[in-house]
Parts: sequence; structure tokens; C-alpha cells
Amino acid sequence: MTPNPTIFTVLLVASLAVFAWGCWKRLSLISLGQSEDRFDNIGSRIGEMLLYAFGQKRVLAKPFGINHFVIFWSFIILLIANTEFLLHGVFPAISLAKLPDGIYFPLLLALDIVSLLALLAVVIAAVRRVVSPPYPEARTPEAFFILSLIGILMLAYFGINGAKIAAMQEGTLAVARTWMPVSAQFATLVPAASGEVVHGFSWWAHAFALLAFMCYLPHSKHMHILTAIPNCFFRRLEKPNTVPREDFSPGNTFGVAQVDRYSWKDLLDSFSCTECGRCQKVCPASITGKPLNPRAVVHDIKVNLLENGPSLKNGEQPQVPLIGEQGEGSISEESIWGCTTCGACMEACPVFIEQMPKIIQLRRHLVETEANFPEELLNLFENMEGRSNPWGIAPSERTKWCSQMEVKPFDKHATEYLFYVGCAGSFDSRNKHVSVAMAQLLDKAGISWGILGKDEKCCGDSVRRLGNEYVFDKMARENVALFRERGVKKVITQCPHCFSTLKNDYRQYGIELEVIHHSELLRNLVQDGRLKLDKTTSEMGATVFHDSCYLGRHNDVYDAPRQVVEAATGKAPAEMERNRNNAFCCGAGGGRMWMEEHTGERINLTRVTEALQEKPDTVCVACPYCLTMFEDGLKDVKADNVKVRDVAEIMAEALLRP
Amino acid sequence: MLIVACIKQVPDTTQVQIDPVTNTLIRDGIPFIVNPYDTHALEEALRLKDRFGCRVAAISMGPPNAEATLKKALALGVDHAILLSDRVFGGADTLATSNVLAAAIRKLHEEVDQVGLVLCGKQTIDGDTAQVGPGIASRLEYQQLTLVDRIVDLNLSENKIRVSRKLEGRHEIVDAPLPAMLTVVRELNRPRYPRVPMRLAAATATVEVWNNQILKLDEQKIGLKGSPTWVSKIFSPDRAQGEILGDGYADPEGTAELLIEKLLAKDMLPI
Repeated sequence: MTPNPTIFTVLLVASLAVFAWGCWKRLSLISLGQSEDRFDNIGSRIGEMLLYAFGQKRVLAKPFGINHFVIFWSFIILLIANTEFLLHGVFPAISLAKLPDGIYFPLLLALDIVSLLALLAVVIAAVRRVVSPPYPEARTPEAFFILSLIGILMLAYFGINGAKIAAMQEGTLAVARTWMPVSAQFATLVPAASGEVVHGFSWWAHAFALLAFMCYLPHSKHMHILTAIPNCFFRRLEKPNTVPREDFSPGNTFGVAQVDRYSWKDLLDSFSCTECGRCQKVCPASITGKPLNPRAVVHDIKVNLLENGPSLKNGEQPQVPLIGEQGEGSISEESIWGCTTCGACMEACPVFIEQMPKIIQLRRHLVETEANFPEELLNLFENMEGRSNPWGIAPSERTKWCSQMEVKPFDKHATEYLFYVGCAGSFDSRNKHVSVAMAQLLDKAGISWGILGKDEKCCGDSVRRLGNEYVFDKMARENVALFRERGVKKVITQCPHCFSTLKNDYRQYGIELEVIHHSELLRNLVQDGRLKLDKTTSEMGATVFHDSCYLGRHNDVYDAPRQVVEAATGKAPAEMERNRNNAFCCGAGGGRMWMEEHTGERINLTRVTEALQEKPDTVCVACPYCLTMFEDGLKDVKADNVKVRDVAEIMAEALLRP
Repeated sequence: MLIVACIKQVPDTTQVQIDPVTNTLIRDGIPFIVNPYDTHALEEALRLKDRFGCRVAAISMGPPNAEATLKKALALGVDHAILLSDRVFGGADTLATSNVLAAAIRKLHEEVDQVGLVLCGKQTIDGDTAQVGPGIASRLEYQQLTLVDRIVDLNLSENKIRVSRKLEGRHEIVDAPLPAMLTVVRELNRPRYPRVPMRLAAATATVEVWNNQILKLDEQKIGLKGSPTWVSKIFSPDRAQGEILGDGYADPEGTAELLIEKLLAKDMLPI
């Protein structure tokens, strides 16, 4: 049972080979992905890595994250002990004990305490997984196996040191008790005569656990130990609120139907997921019982890569299709269409996995290469391409919303802002009221503004999120050309989807517009006194605010709309349980506005029910889609005594009504 | 077998306005679309191609810019796209148009493959005559099956077809030998959406243009000269102006009251 350098060396070399082979086999698959530049801004990348990987900032955003923080840092610190263990096993002469006492003793104390903390954290993690797992399917044998291995490592560490201490004489024993208090407690459990047996057994247990961990690591979700840190380094430095352009040259493929069409970073993402389930716990589709589960999408990409990797490496056709119903492919079409692109999953992921762009890539394949999509989208696509609005209404009707008022056309010499009304604001009978309120407020504040009128075109948000990049590309080019021709620099939008598309997506087309959401503009106008509120409105009663995903999570505008409501009503709106970056989608983003919702509970009803908990008289929104989804939802739950108002309407009520 | 789909480029009529002075359509800046009924004819042709492996030709008579319409057809998967374009074809009524289209179909029949079916939309949304399809059938002496909402059976070995015709309040099942000309209604199918690789291929493909030097038709039978009818005036009929009651947004209940009062006053509500 005594440590044997020869046997250990053989085992170590074998394990290292298995470990290296496992890592190579998996990580080399990443190189099958398409190229993508993630090497810019090395300085900020290092900073992000320190903050999010080593600082565990997002892990700590949830209470249980502290447990992971403890395990993570224990691992880092115990790397010292484990490296020594491995080297010492091969070359018994190598030992930390050779360090000067002034370093060695505090180090022993640190390792002793950290091992105890790690042991406790592992026990807590195991108990939690039994009693209250992060999600029901999380009780996997794999998870318990890994936790047990770590537990064995810690216990064996105490066994080795306990046995050593039990054999010590009075003088050294006192030192050991001071610097290895936990191991010293273990020593009292070691029977006098069997010190050597305990030491030998613990040593081998430690050795086997460590080597087993090493061999198993690359084959498990615990691969994230190796990949999560680089994944934080290679994260998108800007918010992942858009998707890359496509090159429409003949002969190209469009979207992703084969796993190696993803970028290398997408594939690295799949190896960085440890299946913590935080994404699925915030996903509106998962929560309301749709087949989409962002964790499963990332996992299924990994499994597909592992299954097809060998064939793809040989330039052969993949064995398992990436898209297909269960049993036929990895990711079902229904789950692909379920995404509202709300971005909650990406906001929750501790290691910055980008789920949404991966889903849009799959949609691109379905739409562009297969022309295979839910039938209700056919009209949408044709209307967008033919008449540049979702309903297919004649463009000449774009100015009907302002037929009762005088509105100037945008003229770069005479007007400062383009008010980009948007399709909902122009055509939707309910949202036209928001446009009118906004126009009145702009006039009241003395803003110099104009519209494009019947020349305005849809921004293309829905078609892009739905994967119809070909049509989006045409629309974006047309809009960018129009903005350039008219000399548009500053744009006001009342729709967060127009806002984000003009601001973030159009940048890919070489135009930097100064885009401001109407809630931000109104807030600024109140703050700098251009909109003078000498009274507040009581018309709205108790208010509650709902965050739009494309305003909040995708663009970090959280305060402005709330401040507008507060200024107009004299009281900050109530918050729903899930708010700001944790807000729950209304269900209409990602083109879901134009699709039926066949499975599970309706997303908007879930959100409406949440809003009603705050007993509001008025639900305040800052997005035409949210407005529609809330009004529909309130009718469905027979609560249409509760009003839904856009922040501009609330401001207009306070400022313009007698 | 070759299936010919006749398609027409029309102005997007929802966007067309009539010039009150000249009584003509203001077509400036109005986008063109494929006549909606024709998209169903084209779709059915492509479905038969998918099913039976026959070839599909799309033909269109129109000005040179009607090429865009045929490129759309190419993007959807037709094998041949032919634009019938010549100044002498211009100003044609339905008779002259059917003469040109029939001549083109005859040429396809002789030079490409035996034509089994000609598919047309039931009418166009700009002319609304519903005469061109039947005109083609007459010129070619094909069986004429109008208002088809379903091809019940197509038997190529026995050269016959059975279709369902959508008539007012009833359906009619009709058997006919091939070749036949069908005009189709929207209920027939849901047109497919073009795939991007096909769109890109269509963008660079050339559409064959046949002028009258190729078709060699008697100029008395085509264009303005061959048209016994012509449009003398287009106007929108006067429509009695309605009345807007109340403000349904600000006061939905009050507005409903107003409406009820009004209907009661006119004795239009049973009590």
C-alpha cells in the first residue's frame, strides 16, 4: 500500500495520455468551425476574463453561485497541492516541505482550510442536487460522480495528512496542530497501529481520484473547467444583440444545417456549457412549456459535433443531421421557431454562451435554403419584401396616422431629427395613438423633427430574427441608401425593434446613426426643462412597468422609461417580480409577433398574470409589440379594465390634457 | 410533357390610384407584382413537375421590364422562362393577347416538348376580364377548364385529367382529355417561397425574349391593330361618404351607444 513511484509513474503517464488524447479529440473539433475574429481588444478581453472567469461575477449573480465560487477557487489553490502530489509521486525528493517554514506553514494552513471548504461545498452541492436541483433533469449520475470524485480527493488529502500527523512526536505535532488544524482533527480518528495503512490507502485513493478525474474530464460536461475561462476571454465584447451578415454570392451556403458551419466560437461555446440550467430558467419558451430549451440547444450542438466530428474531419457527409425531430436530428424545428430572441439566456449565462445567434443561424438555413417555415410566415415575408411592412398595407398609407395634424417631411437642411415612426406606429390602429402623442410632445418641446412619410420603409427586424437574411439584407441596403441620400444623422424611434436594428444591425452596413429611443428623448427633455411638467396626471392610477427586451436587455435602457412614467405620474411605477435585465418577454420578439403559439401556455398571458400581481390600473410599456401583447393578454384574462399605455401617451396625458 | 404557366406582371393595384383629371391609372412609382392568381397557376405547374418530373415553362407577354416577373418564376424552379415582348404586341386586348400567347405555346410544343397542360390564373387583377385563358384554349383547341380549385387526378399514361371547379355555392368535377387549359383560383394551393440559392441563380440567368420576328404573327391579329376592344375611360365610382361616430378609442362604450341609437332610428335593429 505504500506509495510506489514506479507504479505511480506508469499510471500518471497513462492518465496524462488519456487526458491529452481526450482533450485533443474534442478540442480539435473546434477547428472544424468557420473563422471568426475574436482576437481584437486583447486588453479588455483579459479584463473580462479576470472579472467573469476568475472573479465569477455572473456565477455570483445567483445565491447558489457562492458555492461554485468556493469550489472554483479551492481548485485553483489546490492546484499547488495537486501538482506537488503528482511530482512527489514520481520524484519523492520533490516536496513543498523544502520551502522555508515561513512560506511552507502558512501554505499548509491555506491548503488545509481550502480543502475543508471544498469538501463542504461539494457536500452542499450534492445535497442541493438531491433536494432542490437547478432543474429536474440535473440529477444525472455524471454530476454525482464528479462531486464524489472531488469529495474523495478532499477526504484522501485529510487522510494522508491525518496519518502523517498521527505518527508525529510531541514537538512537530504542536506545529502540525497549529498549521493543519483540520488534518490534525482527522489524525485523532486514525487508530494508533494503522497509521501506515491509512496513509497508504489515502495516498492511493487520492492518486486514483486525481487520475480518474483527469481521464474523465474531457469526456464530461466538466470540460468547462478547461473551456470556460477562454470562453469568457473570447466573449462578444459588445452585446450579442445582432447576428453576422451573410455573403450572398452564388455557391455559398446560407445559415447552418451542418454543425461545422458554425463558427469555432460557437463550437467552443458548446464545450463551455456545464448545463447549469440558468438559461432555461429564464427562457420564456422553456418556462411556458415549448420544446425550446436553450441549454439543450447548446448541448445538442455539442453532441452533434461529437457524433459527426470524425466524418466531417474526413470531409465526409455528417451522419446525424443537426436539424430534425427527435430520433432523426439533434434540434427540432419547433424548438428553433420557439425563440423570441429576448436574450434572457445570454444575460443569464455565467460564461457568455451566445444561444440566440445560434438559433437564428438554424432559422436561416430553414428559410433560405429549404424555404421551410411555419405557414403563417409566408404572408409576412411577402409583405415585407413587396410592401416593406408586415401587413402588406400600401406604403401610401404610412402617413395616415398624422392626417389630422401638420407634420413636416424630414429635410436635412431644416430638421434635426428624423422621427422614424415604424410600421406599428404608422399602420396599427392602436399604436397610431402613440405616434400622435409623440408628435405632439416633440412639437411641445420645440424639437425640430420630420418624417420620411410614404418613403419610410420597415427596418426589417422581424425578418432578420426569423432568419430571412436575404430579405433583411435588401431592406437594410435600401434603408441605409435612403438615410444617406436624405442626410439622416439623428433618429428618434418609438419601437425598440426599430431602435436596435437601426442602431446595432445597420452598423454592419457602414452607417453610424445617432438613434435615440423616444423614452430616452422624453426623459432628456424633462430633465433639461424643455418639457415643463407643472402637474402630474392621476389618470393612470397605480402603474407597473414592463421592460421591452430590445430596449432593456439588448440595449441597456432601463431607467429612461421609468423616469418618464415617474415624471408624468409623480410616482415611480411598480416593478414586477422579474424586471430590468431579468424581465420576462411579452412573447412577440424574434418574429413571434407574426406566428401562432400552439404549444404550452401563452407567453403574454404568463407576463400579464405577473403584472396583475402588482394590482395596477395601468401597465406602462415602451414598445408597440409589448403594447399589443399586453392588450390582447389582458382581454384574454378578462382584465381589460387595466389599461396599457406607452410612456409617450402617459407623458402626453400629463402635459397636454387639460 | 411540358406544362406552360402563363403569368402576367401587374401593378400592385392596392397601391394604384386613378388620376381624377385624365381618368387613367397613375402607374408612376407603383411596384409591379406577379398577378396573384397566376402565382397559384405557377405553383401547381411546379407541383406537377415535382410529382411527375415534367418540365415547366413560364411565359409572359409584356414590356421588357416584365423580365423581373419571369426571374421570380425562375427562382421558384421553372425550366424555361420566356418573355414575349415587342412594340407590336403593345395595346393588345384579350383577343390579341391570346393570339400571341397561343403562338408561343405552339412554338414551345413544336420545339421543346409536347404541351400537356396550360395553366393560367382565373383572371388578372388589373384587367379582370378572365378571358385570356379561355382565349388561349380556343386558339389552340385545348380543353377549357376554368375556375379549378383542385386537380383531382392527372393520368399521364391515359392522357386525361379530372379537376374540381369552384362555382358559386357548388363544386363541379370535370373529366377532360389532355391537352387542356386550366384557369385556377386561389384555393388550389399555397405558393411556395423561393430558396435563396435559386434566387441567386435566377438573378444571373437570362430570360429568353421572343419578339414578332420569332413568332411571325400577322400584325393585324396582334397589338392594338388586332384588338377589337379598347379602354375608353377608367374612373372610380362615387362612393357615398360614411359618417364617423364618436371616438371609439377614447370612449368605446359611448360610441357603441351612438351606433345603437343610429341603427334604432333607422329601424335596423330588431328589438
